[in-house]
Amino acid sequence: MVVPIEDQEPIGAVLMDAPAEDGTSTQMDSATPSLATRPETSPLAEAWGLPQKGGPAPQRLTHIRPRRGWAAIDAGELWQHRELLSFFVWRDLKVRYKQTLLGATWAVLQPFATMIVFTIFFGRLAGMPSDGVPYPLFSFTSLLVWTYFAGALTQASQSVVNNQATVSKIYFPRLLLPVSATLPGLLDLTIAFVMLPVMLLYFGRSPGWHIALAPLFVLLAWSVALGAGLWLAAINVRFRDVRHLVPFLVQFWLFASPVVFAVSLVPTRWQPLYALNPLVGALEGFRWSVLSTGTFPWSAVGLSLIVAAGLLTSGLYFFRHQERVFADVS
Amino acid sequence: MPGTALQVEGLGKSYRIGAAAPTRRSLSEALGDSFKAPLRRLRAGIGGGLTRAEPFWALRDATFAVSAGQVVGVIGRNGAGKTTLLRLLSRITDPTEGQARINGRVASLLEVGTGFHPELTGRENIFFNGAILGMTRREIQSKFDQIVAFADIGPFLDTPIKRYSSGMQVRLAFAVAAHLEPEILLVDEVLAVGDAGFQKKCLGKMQGASRSGRTVLFVSHNLAAVQHLCSRCLLLDRGRLLVDGSVAAAVSAYLDLLREEAPSAVVDCRGRAQKSTTDAARITRLKLCDAHGRPTTRIAFGADFNAEVVLQVSRPVHDLSVGLGVNSLDGVRLFTSESRATQPLERIEPGSAVFRLEWKELVLRPGLYSLDLGHNSDAGSEFLPGVVQLEILDATDHNSRAVIDRRPGVVLNTMPWSVALGPGTLHQGAQTCA
Repeated sequence: MVVPIEDQEPIGAVLMDAPAEDGTSTQMDSATPSLATRPETSPLAEAWGLPQKGGPAPQRLTHIRPRRGWAAIDAGELWQHRELLSFFVWRDLKVRYKQTLLGATWAVLQPFATMIVFTIFFGRLAGMPSDGVPYPLFSFTSLLVWTYFAGALTQASQSVVNNQATVSKIYFPRLLLPVSATLPGLLDLTIAFVMLPVMLLYFGRSPGWHIALAPLFVLLAWSVALGAGLWLAAINVRFRDVRHLVPFLVQFWLFASPVVFAVSLVPTRWQPLYALNPLVGALEGFRWSVLSTGTFPWSAVGLSLIVAAGLLTSGLYFFRHQERVFADVS
Repeated sequence: MPGTALQVEGLGKSYRIGAAAPTRRSLSEALGDSFKAPLRRLRAGIGGGLTRAEPFWALRDATFAVSAGQVVGVIGRNGAGKTTLLRLLSRITDPTEGQARINGRVASLLEVGTGFHPELTGRENIFFNGAILGMTRREIQSKFDQIVAFADIGPFLDTPIKRYSSGMQVRLAFAVAAHLEPEILLVDEVLAVGDAGFQKKCLGKMQGASRSGRTVLFVSHNLAAVQHLCSRCLLLDRGRLLVDGSVAAAVSAYLDLLREEAPSAVVDCRGRAQKSTTDAARITRLKLCDAHGRPTTRIAFGADFNAEVVLQVSRPVHDLSVGLGVNSLDGVRLFTSESRATQPLERIEPGSAVFRLEWKELVLRPGLYSLDLGHNSDAGSEFLPGVVQLEILDATDHNSRAVIDRRPGVVLNTMPWSVALGPGTLHQGAQTCA
C-alpha cells in the first residue's frame, strides 16, 4: 500500500518518536531525537503544559542562606503543606493494616488483651489500687491513652530515620514527619474507644457529661508524645542509639505513669510533684472524664499541662535547630 | 514573566570529614577510652559534629543568575558539586555560606519515585508521590488520566506497586514527575535510569518544559542531552564554577578536563606482545592525539585524531606493514587498517620508524573501543592485543558539525534513500531500479 508522504509525519518523527509513546520500545538505542528530525511541536511537550491556568499564581520568593542559631517555627509554611501532612497520615493509615487478617480489629485487641494481662497480674496478684473502679475498667481506660502514647512516641522517634531517603531527595517542612507519625494512632484510639461504653455498661456504670472532655486529655497525651518524639527523632538522625533506647524508655515510662495503678499509690507528699511526668495529668484527666472518678484533678492536670507545653516547645525548637543536618547525616 | 528566576551569590557548602581517632598507646588507655568514649561521643555530637575535622567544600563561591525561561545545563565530573548545587537550591540542605534567591515555584527531581511505598497501589502512589513533589490534590486529580496513560500501567493501577516490574515502577514514577508544573524545575541525572525508551521519553519531556517557557536547571553527564536541550551551561569542577557560558564553551572545557584525567595516551608497548615470531622489529610505543596534537584517549564524537606507532628495527626487514585493529568491547573486530595499503615499504633499515595513522572520516559511535596493534614483514610478525582503550565521547567538539546519529546499528552510514510515490510515478529526484 502506498501512502502519500505528505499525510504522514516526517519520517524521522515516526522513527524517533512513535515508539517512545508506549515506552516499550527497545528498538532504539537513542536517547534523543536527532536534531534534523526534531518535530516542531511534540505531543510530549503538552504534558508539561503551560504554567497553571486560573489566574496568575502568586509569586513565591525563596531566600536560601545559611541558618545560624535557633530557627523560628514557620507556621505559614506548615499551613501551606497541610495537604502533604494529610497525605502522610493517609499513607500510614493505608499501609498500617495491609496484608493483615484482623485489620483494624487490632486497634481494640491490643489494649483489650493487655487489660486482661494487667488485671490478672497487677489487679489480682499485686492488688494495685484503682480508685475504687473495677480494675479491668480502670486499666482499659488507662491503656487507651497509654497504647496511643507509646505508639505515637515510638513512631515519631523513628519518623525522620524511616523517611531518610525522602528527606535527602525532596524538600518539605521536616516537622511534617514527626507530626504525621503521631496522628494515625488517633484513629486506633477512636476505634478502641468504642469499646468503652460496652465495658462501662458491663460494670454497671454510665458515663457522665465529662466524657465529652476526653479528647482534651488525649490532646495532652499527644503533645507529650510529640514533644518527646521531636527530641528523639532529631537525636536519632545522628545517634541511632535512640532506636535501642526508645523501647526501654517506653517501658520505663509505663511504670513511671499511673497506668497500672492509681495515683493514690504514690506517697501523698510526692503527689503534687508526680505530675511533673506529664502523662500523669493526661491519664488522671482522661480517667476523670470517662469514669467520673470524684473531683477534677486540677493540680495534676495543670502541672502536666505546663510540663507538656515546655516539652513540646523545646522539642519543636530543638528539631528545627537540628533539621538542617538531616539530609547530610543520612 | 521576564526577570531573574534564580540569583545565586557566593553559594557554598562544606562538609566535615571525621578525622581518624588518635592511636592509643596502651591497653589500659584503650580500656579507659572505651569507658570515656560514649561521653566524648555525646559531647562531640552536641557540639555539632564528629571529632575535630577538616572541612571539605563540596561547592564554593558559586555565583550566577538565571533569567526566567532559560534552560541551563550543569555539567562536571563526579564530585564536582553538581548535585550539591541542586540540593542547596531545592532546600534539601542548608548552605554553609552565600545565598540564593529563587523567584517562583520550585520543583526538584533528584530521583524518580521518591516516597513510593511498595504496599500502596499505583493509584495511591500517584497521589502520594505527586503530593510529596509539591502538587496539590486537585492538580493530581486533573492530571490523573494523563499520568496513567503516560505510565502505561493500565490494568495494574490498583495493584500494590511491590508487584510491579522495576520498569513499571520507573515508568510510573517518571509519569508523575513529568506532570509537575513548576515555574522552576531542578533536574538531576534522572535520565540515567531506565531503558533507552524511557530516557528518550524523559528528554521529550525536558524539551517540552523548555519550550513552554519554564526555567530549568539540568544536571547531567549526558553531554548530548545537554547540548540538545540547553541554551547555556555551567561547568563545575571540584566545587568551583569553572565556566558559565555557552554550551559549546562549557562542553569544550569539560572535554579538556576529561582529557586531563584520561588514561595515558602514550602507551609503552615493550613487552606487551602476545604473539611474536621475530625480534627484528619491535613496536615500542603507541600515542593517540587529538586533531590539535594533544595526547588523549578520549575523542569527541566525529573528531579527527591520530595514532602514532613507534617501531624499533634492529636489522633490515622487507615489506613491513603496521596494522591497527579496532574492536568493540565485546570483542568484535570492527575494522583493521594496515600501513601497507597506502604506504608499501620495500625495505627498512635499522633504527626507529614512526607510523602515523590519520583517523579521518571514519566515525565511531560513542563508546569504548579497544585497539590491537601488530606488524608483519618477511622476518615475522608481532601482535599486541588490547594495548589501549579508546573512548569516543557522547559529545561533539564545539567546532564539529557532526550530529550524533543515535539510530541503532554497529556501523554508521550516510547512504541516500530514494522514494517513489504512487504506482508508476516518480518522485522528484528519485530513481527506480529497473
